[in-house]
Amino acid sequence: MLVYALRRLVGAIPTIFIIITAAFFMMRVAPGGPFDQERTLEATVMANLNKTFGLDRPLYEQYGMYLGNLVRGDMGPSFIYRDKRVHEILAEGLPISMQLGMTALLLALAVGTLLGTLAALRQNTKTDYAVIAVATFGITVPNFVVAPVLSLVFAVILSWLPAQGWGDWRQMILPVIALALPQVAVIARLVRGSMIEALRSDHVRTARAYGLPSRMVVVKHALRAAILPAVSYLGPAAAALLTGSIVVEQVFNLPGIGRYFVQGALNRDYTLVMGTVVIVAVFVVVFNLIVDLLYAMLDPRVRYD
Amino acid sequence: MTDMTADATPVLATQSRSLWATALIRLRRNRAAMLSLFVLIFMLLAGLFGPMLAPHSYSNVYTQYVKVPPSLSPYPHAENIIPAAESALSRARVDIGTITIENGRAIIEVTSEREIDPRISRYLDRSDVFFNGEVTEIAADGLSATVEADVQELYFIMGTDANGRDLFARILISLRISLMIGALATSVALVIGVTYGATAGFIGGRVDNVMMRVVDILYSLPFVFFVILLVVFFGRNLILMFLAVGAVEWLDMARIVRGQTLSLRRREFVQAAETLGVSGWKIVQRHIIPNTLGTVIIYMTLLVPKVILLESFLSFLGLGVQEPLTSLGVLIAEGAKNMRNAPFMLFWPAATMTVLLFALNFLGDGLRDALDPKDR
Repeated sequence: MLVYALRRLVGAIPTIFIIITAAFFMMRVAPGGPFDQERTLEATVMANLNKTFGLDRPLYEQYGMYLGNLVRGDMGPSFIYRDKRVHEILAEGLPISMQLGMTALLLALAVGTLLGTLAALRQNTKTDYAVIAVATFGITVPNFVVAPVLSLVFAVILSWLPAQGWGDWRQMILPVIALALPQVAVIARLVRGSMIEALRSDHVRTARAYGLPSRMVVVKHALRAAILPAVSYLGPAAAALLTGSIVVEQVFNLPGIGRYFVQGALNRDYTLVMGTVVIVAVFVVVFNLIVDLLYAMLDPRVRYD
Repeated sequence: MTDMTADATPVLATQSRSLWATALIRLRRNRAAMLSLFVLIFMLLAGLFGPMLAPHSYSNVYTQYVKVPPSLSPYPHAENIIPAAESALSRARVDIGTITIENGRAIIEVTSEREIDPRISRYLDRSDVFFNGEVTEIAADGLSATVEADVQELYFIMGTDANGRDLFARILISLRISLMIGALATSVALVIGVTYGATAGFIGGRVDNVMMRVVDILYSLPFVFFVILLVVFFGRNLILMFLAVGAVEWLDMARIVRGQTLSLRRREFVQAAETLGVSGWKIVQRHIIPNTLGTVIIYMTLLVPKVILLESFLSFLGLGVQEPLTSLGVLIAEGAKNMRNAPFMLFWPAATMTVLLFALNFLGDGLRDALDPKDR
C-alpha cells in the first residue's frame, strides 16, 4: 500500500506540472499587468518596477525561475500586498480554509450518511420523503443562495449568530452549514440508494438470520457496504468545497485563501494567483489519493499492489 | 396493470408506438415534470418578451427611488409628493407657498423676490415624481406664479435596487441572460462532448485509450479555477463566458457518449453498414449519434442547470456579465450586499433562481424516467 501511495504521488507530479504551466502561461498571455493603474506610471518607474520583479526578462526565463524557486519552497513576492511573500499570505489563510472545509466535509459525511441510512430503513415513509426533499433542495439550491439567505435569517433577522468574522466557534456555524449543505444532499442520496441495496443483500440477510440485533446488522454489516459510494464521492466533494469556499468566504467575510484567488486574478497579482493554483492542485491530487486509499481499506475486494 | 385479464380478447397492436411517443406518454404522467415544463415555458417567455413588455427598462435609473420596497400600489406614496415637490423646486431658488394635489396633479404656488423664469417647470420634470410640468399662472410683476405638474405613478412590484432600477425588469433581463447562457453553453458542451465521445468510441483501440486518458487528466484538474482565470484575464464578455463554461462541462458528455458508442458499435446494423462500405464518419453520423440521442437529451437537461449555476457563480464573484446587463448571480450578489436594509433585493432573485433550478432538475429527472426507465 505504501508503495502504491508513493507511486501515485510521483505519478501526480506531471498533473501538477501541467496545471502550473497552463496557469502560468495563460496568465501571462492575458492583457494587463500588476502595475496598471488608473493613472499610468512614468516609463522609468514602470521599468524599475518590472526590473525589480523580474518582469523584464523573457517569459521562458521567468517561467524557469518560478519553477526553480517553487521547488525550493519559495513562491515569490506578492505584487500587490507589498512587503509580503506569497507563502506568508497563504500560510495565514490556509489553516482557516482547511478548518472550514474539513469541518464541512466531516459534517456532510456524518449527516449525509445518517439521513441516507434513516431514509433507507424507512423507505417510502414520511421520513424517507423528508430526506428526499432535503436532498433535492440541497442539490438544487447553490451555495451562493444558501449562504446569504442563512446570514439574512439567522444573523440579521433573528440575530442568533454572528454574520461574519472568524475566531469564535459561533462564527463557524453558518459558513460550515452553507458549505456542507449541498454535499449533505448528495451524500444522503448516494447512501440511501446503496443502503437500500445493501439491506437486501445476502450477507445482511444472513446476519439477520443469525439473530444479530437490528442495530448491529445495520451499522456493522450494511453500512460498511453502503458507505462506499459516499467515500468515492469525497474526491469531487472536496473539489466542490474548494469552489464553494470562495463564495462562503466572501459572504461571511472570512480571512481564508478563497478570496485571494479572485482578488489576485483581478489585480494581476501573478505570484499570488500561481500560489493559490499550486495549493489547489496539490490539494486535489493528495485528497484523491487519500480517498483511494480509504476506499481500499473499506472494501477488501479492492487491493492496490 | 392488474385488470389486464379482465379484457379477454387481446388488443391487436395495430400500430407500434415509437420510443419518443412512449416517452411523451410517460412524461405526461409525471406531474412534477409537467409542472416544471410549464414553469420553464413561462420563464422562457418571460425572459424573451418580458423585458419588452415590462413597464421599466432594466437600465433606467430612478434616482428618487433607491431601494424602495416592493409594493403593489404606485409610487410616489401620497405623503411623499409634497416633500418631493419641495425638494425639486428648492433648486429653483423660489419660496414655495401652498401645495395642493388634485386628481394626480400637483399645484404649487411659488413666490420670489426676483422675476420668475417660466422655465421653472423644468425642475419638476427632472424629478422622477412629476411630468408635464407647466407654469399655468404668472403674476403681472412676475414675482409669484402657479406651477402645475402631473404626478408620475410608477409601479415597482419587486422594489428597486441600490441604484434605483426596477428589480422586476432586472430579473426579467437576467432570466433572459441566464437561459441564453444555459442554452448556448450546453450546445457547446454538447457538440464537443458528442463528437469527442463518438469518435473515441467508434475508432476504439489505442486512440480511444489516449483520448479517454486525456479526459481523465482533465477531470482531475480544478477546472473552475481555470474558468475564473480565463474570464478574469480575457475580459468579461458573454461569448467567452459560454465558451468557457461549455468547454468545462463537456467531459461527462464525452464519457457517456463513448460508452454508448462502444456498445452500439457491436450491433448488427452498424456492422451491416460497415460491410456495405459506408465510411466511418457517415456511420457515426447516421447510426451512432442518432442512437445516443435519448441519453444525450437526458444529460443535456441536467446540464443546463449546472451551466446556469456556473455562470451565476462567476457572476456572483463579479466576473460575469457587465452592467447595466445583469444575471441572476449578479442580482443575488447585490442582494447579499444590501440584505440588511433591503432584504427583498436578495429574496426575489434568490427565489427566481431556486424556482428555475428546481424546474430544470425536475424536468431532467422526469425525462430520464421517461426515456430510460431501466435507469432507476
